[in-house]
Amino acid sequence: MFRIDFNKLRFLVCDDNPHMRRILRTLLHSFGAREVYESEDGATALEMYSHYVPDIVITDWSMPIFDGLELAQMIRQPDSKGNPYAPIIMLTGHSEKRRVTVARDAGVTEFLAKPISAKGLYQRILNVVANPRPFIKTKTYFGPDRRRNTTNTYIGPERRIGGEVEVMQQPSLLDKARSTV
Amino acid sequence: MAKSKSATVQISTFADHHVITQPNPLRKVLRRVAERDLDDPIARAEKALAGLSGEFKNWMTIEADRLSDAHAAILRDGFNDVTREELFRAAHDIKGDAATFGFPSAGAAAESLCRIIEHAPDLDEVPSNLIAHHINAIQAIVRERTKLDTAATAGELSKQLRGIADVFLTHANRDRPEHLEAVLAPSIVPAE
Repeated sequence: MFRIDFNKLRFLVCDDNPHMRRILRTLLHSFGAREVYESEDGATALEMYSHYVPDIVITDWSMPIFDGLELAQMIRQPDSKGNPYAPIIMLTGHSEKRRVTVARDAGVTEFLAKPISAKGLYQRILNVVANPRPFIKTKTYFGPDRRRNTTNTYIGPERRIGGEVEVMQQPSLLDKARSTV
Repeated sequence: MAKSKSATVQISTFADHHVITQPNPLRKVLRRVAERDLDDPIARAEKALAGLSGEFKNWMTIEADRLSDAHAAILRDGFNDVTREELFRAAHDIKGDAATFGFPSAGAAAESLCRIIEHAPDLDEVPSNLIAHHINAIQAIVRERTKLDTAATAGELSKQLRGIADVFLTHANRDRPEHLEAVLAPSIVPAE
């Protein structure tokens, strides 16, 4: 059985509702987290993301200035100087399936529909820590692999194309970090 | 498939996509514990949440008043981008928060109101009583909780409102298949 050392994790929480931020802060602190940064809109969250370099982002969807979806899209810029790979957990009152798909296509790692529970939040955090998915880059998408399961018995159109390949040169994250210092 | 290997990131390149795998940067925070480990972070968090519960009624009152203020602005100025957005945000926050605060029926009524705002073809054509009844119901559930007979009364109120709203939305969207599909689609939140 695994446990998470929350005291080694840095969180960025973004929600325009002060009551929900208080709930999230309470849950994260009682899990053991010490570093929890908070913002009430997407623009401030993006600034804080660059400044504090959080390990995990927890964001609401509906927010002023720009929303959680736009925040996810801005973080998931493969050529940005910041870290485009941080897990993003979208915690939202939206509870329609199409919203999950839209969030997934914006690069969100996990979706958690409100009402929030300690168990639901813990499980999402455990999942992003213990089971990170590889990232996929296409012309129109950059984010965690949207396929959560692989199956040999899948029947249907293959939406990813294989074939001739060329190696994409990309500096390691460490080199990237060094070059920006 | 070719692989480019570096110390930290491995990139597999295909015809129309790249698969980027990096060593798990959060692996260091995982710790193996004995199966009988007595520390239960979820129970600890639930206990901490229960410690906040004394404030929930006050928070819920603030949220319900925000909704009433948003409705008053609409009665005064009519629907425009600003008033519509504020009404939706206020209802949406209640939809998300109310169950956590111990008012699940208020959350259900707020969800029904959100659906009206999101899917009505023209908000000016929505019977004004339909919106007012949702807001009055939320206020009643929040303020009169101790007087309402049981939680079942509040639940029945929300259910009736949702039924009326769904009949309206289904009819109003009969020629808008995208909205009709969304109106009829089940929620991903498990039913209580």
